Amino acid sequence: MLTDHILTLITFVPTAGAIVVAFLPRRGRAIQWFTLLVVLATFVLSLHLPAHFNARQNGFQFEENSPWITSPAIRYHLGVDGLSLWLVLLATFLGPIGVLVSWRAIHERTKEFYFLFLLQQTAMIGVFVALDLFLYYGFWELSLVPMAILIALFGPNRGRQTAIKFFLYTFIPSALFLVAILYLYAKAGTFDFVQLQSALAAGSLGITPQALSWLSLAFLVAFAVKVPIFPLHGWLSDVIQEAPTAMAMVVAGKLGLYSIFRFNLGLFPEQARAIAPLMIVLAVIGILYGALIALAQTDMKRLIAYSILGNLSFCILGIFCFALAGLNGAVFQTLNEGLTGSALLVLVTLLYERYHTCDMTLYGGLAARLPWLATLFVITSLALIGLPLFNGFIGEFLVLSGSFASHPRWVAAATLGVILSASYMLWMVQRIFYGRESSLSLNHPAPDLNFREHITLWPMAILMLAMGVLSPYWIRGIQSGVLQFPAIAERQAHGANYVLMHATPAPPDPAHVTGGGPR
Amino acid sequence: MNALRILPEIVFTLGGILVMLADALLPKSRPRKPLGWLAVLCALAALAASFWQAQLPPGTAYYGVVQTDAFSVFFHVLIAGIVLASLLITLDAVSPETEGLGELFALMQFGAVGMMLMSSAVELLLVFVALEISSISTYIMAGYRRKSAKSPESALKYFLLGSFATSFFLYGIALIFGATGTTRIDAIAASIAQAVAGARIDPLLYIGLAMIIIGLGFKVSAAPFHVWTPDVYEGAPSPVVALMSTGPKAAAFAVLLRIAYGALPQLHDHWVPILWWLAVISMTIGNLGALRQRNVKRMLAYSSIAHAGYILVAFTALSPDGIAAASFYAVSYAAMNVGIFAIVSHTGGYDDHLTLIDDYRGLAYASPLLAAVMAFFLISLIGIPFTGGFFGKFYVFSAALHSGMVWLTIIGLINSGIAAFYYLRVVAALYSEPTGASPIMAVERPSFPLLLAIFLTAAATLILGIVPGNVLHAAQAAAQTYSSVSTPSR
Repeated sequence: MLTDHILTLITFVPTAGAIVVAFLPRRGRAIQWFTLLVVLATFVLSLHLPAHFNARQNGFQFEENSPWITSPAIRYHLGVDGLSLWLVLLATFLGPIGVLVSWRAIHERTKEFYFLFLLQQTAMIGVFVALDLFLYYGFWELSLVPMAILIALFGPNRGRQTAIKFFLYTFIPSALFLVAILYLYAKAGTFDFVQLQSALAAGSLGITPQALSWLSLAFLVAFAVKVPIFPLHGWLSDVIQEAPTAMAMVVAGKLGLYSIFRFNLGLFPEQARAIAPLMIVLAVIGILYGALIALAQTDMKRLIAYSILGNLSFCILGIFCFALAGLNGAVFQTLNEGLTGSALLVLVTLLYERYHTCDMTLYGGLAARLPWLATLFVITSLALIGLPLFNGFIGEFLVLSGSFASHPRWVAAATLGVILSASYMLWMVQRIFYGRESSLSLNHPAPDLNFREHITLWPMAILMLAMGVLSPYWIRGIQSGVLQFPAIAERQAHGANYVLMHATPAPPDPAHVTGGGPR
Repeated sequence: MNALRILPEIVFTLGGILVMLADALLPKSRPRKPLGWLAVLCALAALAASFWQAQLPPGTAYYGVVQTDAFSVFFHVLIAGIVLASLLITLDAVSPETEGLGELFALMQFGAVGMMLMSSAVELLLVFVALEISSISTYIMAGYRRKSAKSPESALKYFLLGSFATSFFLYGIALIFGATGTTRIDAIAASIAQAVAGARIDPLLYIGLAMIIIGLGFKVSAAPFHVWTPDVYEGAPSPVVALMSTGPKAAAFAVLLRIAYGALPQLHDHWVPILWWLAVISMTIGNLGALRQRNVKRMLAYSSIAHAGYILVAFTALSPDGIAAASFYAVSYAAMNVGIFAIVSHTGGYDDHLTLIDDYRGLAYASPLLAAVMAFFLISLIGIPFTGGFFGKFYVFSAALHSGMVWLTIIGLINSGIAAFYYLRVVAALYSEPTGASPIMAVERPSFPLLLAIFLTAAATLILGIVPGNVLHAAQAAAQTYSSVSTPSR
């Protein structure tokens, strides 16, 4: 049956497409149309997952598990659970958007672009579905290469330097990550996530607690760079500025956040708890720092980059509070960020294509000339700042309410970030679309959205609203995944409702105990 | 049926003589390219003969000096493949007026005989003779561009330092003979086992061991015996570098494996720390040296020092997996390195005049195919998953970590992180806009033999990364030759 291999199909249809693209003629639009077809097909295939996903079933679904290499014992093991389900959908959903937004922007070296674009799709989907650490690491590293080459190829100003910076930023921590994976394999004799998880939970591998902390740290740093988390965000604004929009949309957030969830919480729950106080502080700093820097930007892309940093820090806050609502909110917020961040980048690209500048001080009063673009920009901004009825509200609310009980002070500070983000977003909207018309828009009359741009933006806008109004539909799947994390499932069984304390009687951690909460 | 045990060597010897005779008898005016195709045919025959040897029962020939087993077959196939690809690259890189082509095609085959014998010889004197056959052929090949200034210089340098190193190796053999009274690998092991049991180890043995490591360290260009590498690689013609950076190296590693695990397993307390340090120094010096190179060939020379370091890491694992990892790495390194030199040779032109990293700017505009494949080889050299380079590195460090070499693994993988930088610089150059009238824009269309060489090496690199099963099995079977190391003794 074809549906037995649905995950393989979703993952590798883009690769197959990439191989075909390599042989298509460079002239005409054949490459674009074909790529669009491939990513649409991938998206349609991926719709099979939510349609047949059983939220009440434990463990992974749509599993494929067969030996790949016998020695070392590497398996081809794929599967999704509630955690990865919607992330796969997000990746496949952003595929067609990415092609559509590049339709006109990428007009030379299209073959290279779409070839690498499709490879990037495979790598991202693969990260979400791989359940064998070797396979996972393969996709994880692979996701770097197309990104870096595309930045080098299409970066308008400092493409080469930015690409190398981005690559090294992520590649060097990945080297230590690989050491950690190899260490686990040396001890456990398997790369399989499920087996490793139960072996680590049973403590049967004979790894000292100290070694475990180092292992979890090696995992965490590699992921933290990719998210990025506060002090490791040096690459983000440059990459957002230099990368082609289709790549900037997917470069931050979901891959790293998912991996923290899956591996740091899944394999090393104790160590994740131990480092949680630090991560919460970093998250709150990230929220405030991102918002404050964003306030000072005049370049739209840099502003979005720092707003992304702030939003991602929200997810980190939700993860490391270890409360059910916070964890649900963190996953939901990851989806939101993927969606709204992409929509914003698309909108800015459309402005850039019309006026050839990202400097918002040059803009003004565009609302009258570009009513549709203005409408969608406002919708996206409202979603991003968390207006009720929109997706952002649900995510932020869940994160803040989930974490407030345990860390009231830090969460209060984070709430300040919500206000700041509203101010910089509304300020940006006001500067670009309202007020007096600037000489820029007077001198460069530009058309409003065309058909292609409408169909690029509306699906995202509708989804923002749908995820706000019908959030339980998404949360149900997410929660089924979140509940499977060993410590959390246990707490639920014992009737603890929100704040999850140490699952095993370990020395009490002051940061948790002072937070209190119903035990 | 002694001859069957050296069948691939016989094929190459006859092929070499045939090409040499034809070169001498053909009138001067006739082109020499067909001789290259003749050599390609011989290489194919040798490859087939090497595969065929796999079904011989393991055993020795000629009074026990040559041994065919899974290990020798593995390296025979590898060397035949390397020589085949190098011949194809040479066919692309010759202009009609190149002199001495016939000799070159003959020498490549004679060199192959030496390299192959190195991997099957189990008698140190024969190892030495084989090493000399391979080395002397390589010295001459390095200088075949007589008219250029750099090529003979490179040949002379290689010759002087190379013979110096070989004499170390010979001296080491003599000392080991002095201590054990034999030059046969299994007899040496037995004699040392006795000495260890009686706790009477001759100190000469240690000096001999050190001498052998120095001699072979030079051949595999491990730091600190690497000083010749950048100069020689820069000066020698690229097709020859493709061969000499992989073939003699793989053969020298085979010898080192035979001696370390076959003859001196009892002394591992002494050679493991030495190789540990050689590995660390080679990886570090190789990668740091490569960072400041502006010439692609010099950069690849330093990178080959670093890769020798990675292979040495596998030696320290003292386990069958370690031996298999070293052998596997030799294959994947050969695939990607021969491949990248195929492109360097083609884009550099007949006389290698375009070798700076800056010269490569805009290759993607001039020839998207060459740029894409070169980027692929560079990505494999970095060690990105789904390439042979990654799987090799993964397997090597997995074996090392399994034997408890945590620090070596950390140092090695951080090194591979640093290495990414200099490879990426080339990738970035390939895909940046060319500067004005850059000569790279006039790069010729790749000829058929070059396309074939690129295809073979790229396919090998990809297969080694995605479905390495078969090669892995062969490497693991080869490692089983050394049953004495079945259990790591730490």
